[in-house]
Amino acid sequence: MAAHSVEALLAKAEQEEAEKLRSIAVHKELDLEFDVGNLLACDKNRIESRDFREQKKEDFLRSLARDNTQLLINEIWKLPTERVEEAIVAKLPEPTTPLPREKPPPKPKPPTKWEQFAKLKGIQKKKKTNLVWDENAKEWRRRWGYKRANDDTKEWLIEVPETADPNEDQFAKRVKAKKERVAKNELNRLKNIARAQKVKVPGVGLTPTAQQSKDELVRAVSVAKTSTASVGRFQDRLPKEKAPKNTGKKRKFEPLIGDFSNEKQKQLELLKVMDSKKPKLDITKAVNKQMREEDREEASAKYKKGAGKKGRKGNMSGKGKGKGGKGKGGKAAGGGGGKKRSKPGKR
Amino acid sequence: MTQLDSVIKPKTKRSKRFLESRAPKLTEDVKSAMIMKGGNTSLTITQALKDLYSLRKPNAVLYKKKNITRPFEDSTSLEFFSKKTDCSLFLFGSHNKKRPNNLIFGRLFDFHVLDMIELGIEKYVSLSEIKASKCPEGTKPMLVFAGEAFDTDNEHKRLKSLLIDFFRGPTVSAVRLAGLEHVLHFTALDGKIFMRSYRCLLKKSGCRTPRIELEEIGPSFDFVLRRTHLASDDLYKLAHKQPKALKVKKKKNISHDAFGTKFGRVHMQKQDLSKLHTRKMKGLRKRKGEVVTGDISRKRISRKRPCS
Repeated sequence: MAAHSVEALLAKAEQEEAEKLRSIAVHKELDLEFDVGNLLACDKNRIESRDFREQKKEDFLRSLARDNTQLLINEIWKLPTERVEEAIVAKLPEPTTPLPREKPPPKPKPPTKWEQFAKLKGIQKKKKTNLVWDENAKEWRRRWGYKRANDDTKEWLIEVPETADPNEDQFAKRVKAKKERVAKNELNRLKNIARAQKVKVPGVGLTPTAQQSKDELVRAVSVAKTSTASVGRFQDRLPKEKAPKNTGKKRKFEPLIGDFSNEKQKQLELLKVMDSKKPKLDITKAVNKQMREEDREEASAKYKKGAGKKGRKGNMSGKGKGKGGKGKGGKAAGGGGGKKRSKPGKR
Repeated sequence: MTQLDSVIKPKTKRSKRFLESRAPKLTEDVKSAMIMKGGNTSLTITQALKDLYSLRKPNAVLYKKKNITRPFEDSTSLEFFSKKTDCSLFLFGSHNKKRPNNLIFGRLFDFHVLDMIELGIEKYVSLSEIKASKCPEGTKPMLVFAGEAFDTDNEHKRLKSLLIDFFRGPTVSAVRLAGLEHVLHFTALDGKIFMRSYRCLLKKSGCRTPRIELEEIGPSFDFVLRRTHLASDDLYKLAHKQPKALKVKKKKNISHDAFGTKFGRVHMQKQDLSKLHTRKMKGLRKRKGEVVTGDISRKRISRKRPCS
């Protein structure tokens, strides 16, 4: 008797379960495609247009929508849930439907000239502390900006150097130097942008510098001389002035009929070069290339090694944060690259 | 674009921040839409634009004045507006004799038109006409597409992608289950597209998953497809290109089994050295003529011995 009742109970429970499921179950010929990350469902089943016409339009659409939504809700309710501030929250997976982006993906910033050089040489950025001890004010101050430590623009007195002209305004000189540094920096920035966009960098003939070297002066003279309507053709030369170097050469032709022996020799020489299988080696160039390659390898090796540890290398001024003290005197660690190099051609 | 490393540097932090917010990003923000009307609009169109604006609300800009342009003929003004407001979706409404009650859905990529699809409104019921309690603004809707046209026809496919883009709202990591209220249902049938918006009522079903009842809240549209402007395949592909940094890198020595248990390999197995490729030399190569295997093996042994 007891066994019978148990069976009956089980059957009843099963039936009840089925009854419960019936209210949320929807039968479709083809399964829907879900993208739960976007709360999206796609029903690919063919819709019978006859049904559509027979029934009232709105009712038909609503029943279709109800079935599809029920399936989508069933799918969402399967997701793992958690309780956040009295609300039950379902975690959504990543959306899978591919949608176009709004803008193209960001490109890496092209390296500046300095960054290229630093990479070649294996120079790494060093983090500087923000606060620096100010000896005059006896307090910690920012390294840069307003109320900075050891501010040299706020000095009320500047000692005139012995070599300097006593009538020169030292304050104005400092301001001017600063302005020129800023201008130079700006120029470099623009050059970097131009190089990054592969625009031809406008030829900056001569940038103003504080002290022009002899080379620069020579170049300035030659530029000035060729800046006439006749490209410097009728420009007089000073006595003892040398011809400008590195200017374009004019082609010169041999006379059509003339020195035969010279011509013969030239042809023979050319044939000799062509005949010999050995490539002509420019030793200076080759050595330079080799050295640059070595440099690069060394830099990359150092970069790989040094990337893991972040030791500060003794450029903190005095009492930093205390931690940095360990890194002091780390000059030797950075060595290796510092060996002296002989002049290119001499190896 | 290259707004950040432009020639003119931002002078203040604020303007720098602004430019940064407009610059391309790895994971992009929610696309915002601009909703505008053309030279002439009917009441239907004005109302429809307002309703669609309320569906998209925090991420949309509604233009109140007329903009006399024709997107299918000249899209430069649209591109200008998109640059100005940083919108990459647009909805343009117009009304004339040739194309009455016209809506143009479109999206832009890199401030250039990618897709435009023109839909004519045949029947329209506004949000305010149906007297029912509405969903709160900014609810992330559930989107359902029905009808095989969305899967077979090329234009419908693109329209589906465009509508998903337009209505899906922000991508979120989690949703409140009780807050799943709004359903947008698109049905492609008999060459028409029916858009219906329902409020979803969660009823008790006896088990964990609730039973759904739907209640129409509007706006509802019957659309017909008119002109289309679809992006070329390579541009479309380019727009889908994901940055490399977003791709998940495969981690070495970690594996999962069928039950989702995580395994980590701690010890390396011994390497099979016989398969190791060593330096090949001309003199040690197998010759064509030699077929006697035993001879070769003996040879190899004899070669190895002096090495070790």
